[in-house]
Amino acid sequence: MTAELIKLTAAEIAAKIASGEVTAVQVTEAHLARIEAVDEKVNAFLHVDREGALAQARAVDDKRARGEKLGPLAGVPLALKDIFTTKGIPTTVGSKILEGWIPPYDATLTQRLKAADVVILGKTNMDEFAMGSSTENSAYGPTGNPWDLTKIPGGSGGGSSAALAAYEAPLAIGTDTGGSIRQPAAVTGTVGVKPTYGAVSRYGMVAFSSSLDQGGPCARTVLDAALLHEAIAGHDPLDSTSIDAPVPPVVEAARNGDVKGMRIGIVKQFRGEGYQAGVLQRFDESVELLKELGAEVVEVDCPSFDLALAAYYLIAPSECSSNLARFDAMRYGLRVGDDGTKSAEDVTALTREAGFGDEVKRRVILGTYALSSGYYDAYYGSAQKVRTLITRDFEKAFGEGGVDVLISPTTPTTAFPIGERADDPMAMYLADLCTIPTNLAGNAAMSLPCGLAPEDGMPVGLQIIAPAMADDRLYRVGAAVEAAFTARWGHPLLEEAPSL
Amino acid sequence: MTTIDLVSYEDALASYDPVMGLEVHVELGTRTKMFCGCSTELGAEPNSQTCPTCLGLPGSLPVVNAIGVESAVKIGLALHCEIAEWCRFARKNYFYPDMPKNFQTSQYDEPIAFNGYLDVQLEDGEVFRVEIERAHMEEDTGKSTHVGGATGRIHGASHSLLDYNRAGIPLIEIVTKPIEGAGERAPEVAKAYVAELRELIKALGVSEARMEMGQMRCDVNLSLRPNGTEKFGTRSETKNVNSLRSVERAARFEIMRHAAVLSSGGTIVQETRHFHEEDGSTTAGRIKDNAEDYRYFPEPDLVPVAPAREWVEELRKGLPELPRVRRNRLREEWGVSEHDMQSILNAGAVDLIVATIEAGADAASARKWWMGELARRANEAGTDLAALEITPVQVARVCALVAEGSLNDKLARQVIEGVLAGEGDPDAVVAARGLAVVSDDSALGTAVDEAIAANAGIADKIRAGKVAAAGALVGAVMKATRGQADAARVRELILERLGVEG
Repeated sequence: MTAELIKLTAAEIAAKIASGEVTAVQVTEAHLARIEAVDEKVNAFLHVDREGALAQARAVDDKRARGEKLGPLAGVPLALKDIFTTKGIPTTVGSKILEGWIPPYDATLTQRLKAADVVILGKTNMDEFAMGSSTENSAYGPTGNPWDLTKIPGGSGGGSSAALAAYEAPLAIGTDTGGSIRQPAAVTGTVGVKPTYGAVSRYGMVAFSSSLDQGGPCARTVLDAALLHEAIAGHDPLDSTSIDAPVPPVVEAARNGDVKGMRIGIVKQFRGEGYQAGVLQRFDESVELLKELGAEVVEVDCPSFDLALAAYYLIAPSECSSNLARFDAMRYGLRVGDDGTKSAEDVTALTREAGFGDEVKRRVILGTYALSSGYYDAYYGSAQKVRTLITRDFEKAFGEGGVDVLISPTTPTTAFPIGERADDPMAMYLADLCTIPTNLAGNAAMSLPCGLAPEDGMPVGLQIIAPAMADDRLYRVGAAVEAAFTARWGHPLLEEAPSL
Repeated sequence: MTTIDLVSYEDALASYDPVMGLEVHVELGTRTKMFCGCSTELGAEPNSQTCPTCLGLPGSLPVVNAIGVESAVKIGLALHCEIAEWCRFARKNYFYPDMPKNFQTSQYDEPIAFNGYLDVQLEDGEVFRVEIERAHMEEDTGKSTHVGGATGRIHGASHSLLDYNRAGIPLIEIVTKPIEGAGERAPEVAKAYVAELRELIKALGVSEARMEMGQMRCDVNLSLRPNGTEKFGTRSETKNVNSLRSVERAARFEIMRHAAVLSSGGTIVQETRHFHEEDGSTTAGRIKDNAEDYRYFPEPDLVPVAPAREWVEELRKGLPELPRVRRNRLREEWGVSEHDMQSILNAGAVDLIVATIEAGADAASARKWWMGELARRANEAGTDLAALEITPVQVARVCALVAEGSLNDKLARQVIEGVLAGEGDPDAVVAARGLAVVSDDSALGTAVDEAIAANAGIADKIRAGKVAAAGALVGAVMKATRGQADAARVRELILERLGVEG
């Protein structure tokens, strides 16, 4: 039974628990057993909360026994990226500097998951402070891609995507600052959504780059992602940038996949040098599929997108240099060198030296420089202007261009071997080439599987991009594509992954 | 401590023209902090009024306190400032252990209020206009206590204690434009400005602005330029000058110090300076070179503040009368001199007198009691007038009792003493202590007869026409009645008994 339970989708699990076919405890135990069996190899989890998960599951079973109505995800296990605070459960953000820190409060997202009776299995591995595209920047060792453990699972949310692909959890939470939900989804053959900026509360989500960070759902199917999206989205008075408007009807859209009569734009800029042949091949097939399904496909020019990567690597480091200043050894986390002879300043410096990894230091230094007086206008100021231009490119495409959604490959290549780009930051940064413009403009995007690259047999992701607050379009298009591909392949793509 | 050369104040002003800039931080009296829901109550257990946001815990986010914004707009309007239609918070980045996020959420190039002025009145009545550059919103830091050193400063301390209760309390920073043309009166203008600003803040009801509690803190920036020149000299920034008197002294000291340095051919170093209450001097703090870079950028965790015009106009309409205008009006209504008005102001008696008059007393009586007997008692007790256990209504009742003849001044003082001692309202004290003036003839008659009998010699003189001698007998009766007799009636009775026309 365990083997069957872990392959189920979230929607199926919820239905079986609601009908009494299985208990939430059985489901949770099955996933805990799976984690026990495979996570030594995968390293998706930084912390497994066995007792907490079982207690949550028991509460769901009790609720059902009392005849109370269960929510659409009640009893479904979930892997939570270790960037959200969890009261009483360690939260490290993949960094040594927070080793041993037990948050005294739950993130709004954590609270919402608990309120929806979702069972939180534990916290997943990530690039330190969400800075990276491979999860190699975690202070707690890299995570393996379940398709090929010698390859990266994407990043920063590689732990969450790997947990899904390894059937350790049917649902996961990620955060997307430049692609950290979508790129891991693409390279692991799973589904990941970056909702519109402000759709999901950032309260309790440890900040990397405040104006870009956005939490979102990760799953193995489009419908599961929609169910999770609905559970976590919505206005939060504790987050000033949270949108005070109804959540778009994402679940309804996921249940009614259809692209007939839609106008879909292909971004001209997302092609060319650096794109793997197999990725482009699968992308082109997706375009053909969409046409077959009745969509009109047009090419769209977004010239400012060429500047996106440069702008991103000024804005994100600038904000992070300020956001990470609080890690000073005074109130929480690591403290190094406090031997009674050193000043507070020295202890702060020694702690940050020891507690931050290279990539974090690189970005803090970069951002500190970009914000410094005399350079601000040239760097941070210019980057903000580029941001406006990128937003205009999107507005033009969705406005006068009349397209409903844009599509592109999620990432230029499939998963690369662990270690290959570790010493080449620029090569690493290119993994987010197609995902970054959406973060800069604040609109919504999804990645879902569109096949395996012939040359390496690794999954390829299709990115769908929608205007802000039109997140439902992602699910409408995504569900149609998913259904058509699944029918063509005869099974979900993930079933082609080798067993662990 | 190295001795500092000074030139005399007069000599300094003979050669140099002072230019000042005043930066005042006001802690708002909001119930909760600027960006979280924590209490702002003073005096609580260290770190008991904190939450993830004001401790800067990972993941926490700020939310703007609407009352804080409203207070800022009110202050801006009262200072005749323009109110920004759209402005943002900014992060001021620097490391300091008492700053939880290692950036202060403040405002940079988009202050909520800018371009205003405040007219201040000097003691002789002259009005000086101080131009306001800006007023912006920000948050306070925590408080460090350095332990183990001799001076309480960080230097030499063995360790430091951090209390974050103050972290996140709303502050409004009010910055003047360079104050020029004050000449020798510069220190007086500085003091009058801070005093006027304090009155204004209190009148707006946005803060108690108690300088001794740190609710209002002042930095005095000062430079000198040779008389007749335009270009500003290098300034010093004297930090945390926290009483009106100190503001004046700090400005005066810096004028004399700068003049000494400049006239001996030296140059002023741009630096912060510490003010010393004991002797009114300043000593060097940090050198402020251009290396100090706060890397300001717009706060991405907060949305812009865009005060609606209609709302701003509503707030403008609701502004109270400005303190200076009100003071001048009251001075005329009460018929007192500038000097007396200044004393009333210094004693913190203006509002108490106004309330006493509103409760029915005449202006002269209200002023007499508050500035006389009550001021004396407050002084003895070492407290403020307002802290005395007597209300304006009670004082007004005492005035009424005196006016109707039920009390004389001596008895009234006893009534006040009773009220202050917690014996109840004036009427209750009168009843309990039996303090009513005795003017009843039968009761007084006996005392008068006894006084005449005991002072036969004086009585004879009065009978012989020496009416002035009656005073001695009145005194005897008053003594015998422990002051409760109506002295005028006693005199009448004495003359009547002795058959003399008054």
